[in-house]
Amino acid sequence: MNINTRSTLLKYLLLTWVALLFIFPVVFMVVSSLKPDLQLLQDSSSFRAFLPVGETSLNNYSSAWERVPIGRFVFNSIVVTAITVISSLFLCSMAAFSFVFLEFKGKAVLLSVILATLIVPFETIAIPLLMLVNKLPWIGVDGFQIGWLDSYHVQIIPWIADGLTIFLFIQYFKDLPRDLVEAARVDGATWFQVYSRVIVPLAGPCFATAAILKFLVMYNQYLWPLMTTQSESYRPVMVGLQYFFQLNIAWGEIMAYLSIITLPVLVFYLSMQRTFIASIASTGVKG
Amino acid sequence: MSIVEFKNVVKSYGKLTVVPNMNLKIPSGSFTVLVGPSGCCKSTLLRMIAGLETVTSGQITIGGDDVTHKEPAERGIAMVFQSYALYPHMTVEENIGFGMTLKKTPKAEKKKVVLEAAKILELDQLLDRRPKDLSGGQRQRVAIGRAIVRDPKVFLFDEPLSNLDALLRGQMRVEIAELHKKIGATMVYVTHDQVEAMTMADQIVVLRAGMIEQVGTPMDLYNTPTSPFVAGFIGSPKMNLVEGDFAKQNDCDVFGIRPEHVDLDETKGSWQGIMRYSENLGSDTISYVDVENMGTLTVRSEGSVIVASGQTVYLTPREQFIHKFRDDKRID
Repeated sequence: MNINTRSTLLKYLLLTWVALLFIFPVVFMVVSSLKPDLQLLQDSSSFRAFLPVGETSLNNYSSAWERVPIGRFVFNSIVVTAITVISSLFLCSMAAFSFVFLEFKGKAVLLSVILATLIVPFETIAIPLLMLVNKLPWIGVDGFQIGWLDSYHVQIIPWIADGLTIFLFIQYFKDLPRDLVEAARVDGATWFQVYSRVIVPLAGPCFATAAILKFLVMYNQYLWPLMTTQSESYRPVMVGLQYFFQLNIAWGEIMAYLSIITLPVLVFYLSMQRTFIASIASTGVKG
Repeated sequence: MSIVEFKNVVKSYGKLTVVPNMNLKIPSGSFTVLVGPSGCCKSTLLRMIAGLETVTSGQITIGGDDVTHKEPAERGIAMVFQSYALYPHMTVEENIGFGMTLKKTPKAEKKKVVLEAAKILELDQLLDRRPKDLSGGQRQRVAIGRAIVRDPKVFLFDEPLSNLDALLRGQMRVEIAELHKKIGATMVYVTHDQVEAMTMADQIVVLRAGMIEQVGTPMDLYNTPTSPFVAGFIGSPKMNLVEGDFAKQNDCDVFGIRPEHVDLDETKGSWQGIMRYSENLGSDTISYVDVENMGTLTVRSEGSVIVASGQTVYLTPREQFIHKFRDDKRID
């Protein structure tokens, strides 16, 4: 075996090991969801934990389904996540566009304030934010009023604009040739047309990256919806997970629940994968 | 009439003034080239005409209309950028017709106009391609096509050929000059390449540090440069400019003679020197001769003249082509 073959083999072994490391938790989750609790606990100390052996069935799925309104939770999460991701991409990219291509007073100060929010963890503002939404005026007219607490919008609106997404777009837009914007201005494009016709089509990879990051944040929301929603009609999947820890903990059902709620994430990721990987790859060949 | 005029135009970035006071008239239908070294604000002036750069004070008019505060699209101009600035996600056809798409021009009319422009520029076979599938010259033609379909009063070119190789640059130079003859619109062209300036322009504006050094036809600038700066900038190889005692003996601060106006001989002449190095270009020989009191002089002679390095040679200037400058100005 020459040095080249040996190094390739080593590389493959290392990569396979890393790939397995990442995939094992998912395999463990899916395999465990098929096993009864007793066997699941017994298998967990051996390699059997990753193999669909012994007594396997879909019982955990049906009992998890009976125990909590999974469909409702998944629906709530998808509604909240989809609206937030779409609004966030639109607003944050427009904000970034203004910061990069427009001139206005106070631009530098405003940008520093936005970037400063990146270092503030959500937990520190959770309570003030809760008090704020609690006191916010009610929307609507007499006879038809919608409150803020226990709603979809309380889970959506505070999460639309965020420093990280704006920052991502700013970095990407800065690398786009300025001449394109100027050429479009000479061609007669309004600023919004420059944004929508020239910049957005060129920023696909950045939109995909921002969408995935935002999707993960929103789909994994736990603390905020737990604080602001009381009814199952509005609670998302992660809050639904706590239902399984209230009385007797059934690990098999938890794994079944987790497998179900992971599906939308996988579907979303796979649909964006090509653009996402392209965006990571493109950062390496720029310039 | 599409005269472009700068009236007392000042451009500052904060406290730094880069254009102190610009007054310039670009005649209608002319091909005016703005030349100068890097940082002389030639591109800034062009961008101010386009409306891509604000004017700190003063006025810019196009065809008599004050456009100082108008949007780029309202000025009746089209611009060709150094980087071509083609939209990478659009085809050639979409690139050329983008302005009309924005104006919501009917599709059939747009197609007709785009096709006409594409035919002029020999792009009609490439309309479905994207910019990444085109060569440098083709990309530049698409950029010109995009300018043509706007039917502008004034074309602005910002160093459009600097990204092309020498051969293509020569071809495009001819194409742009022909286009100017065909269309007859006012064209303002920025370059730092004096060959482009000399070969294409009706009028050359030589700039230095945001100020005009000289305006004139290419031959005016070549024959009667008004300052040592213009004398040194126009012409290739550049003019020999001698200062110091030799200039003083000749009643001036700077004594100038172009390399092609000095005769080289191996036996007799006005100035004795030592051949330092010579470059034979086939048709011409460019020699660098060290002359006492004067420094190294460049001489252009016929390609057949070959003198070895270190040999004594004699140089004779042609009297009628001597340029003298005092206090940075020409003495006639």
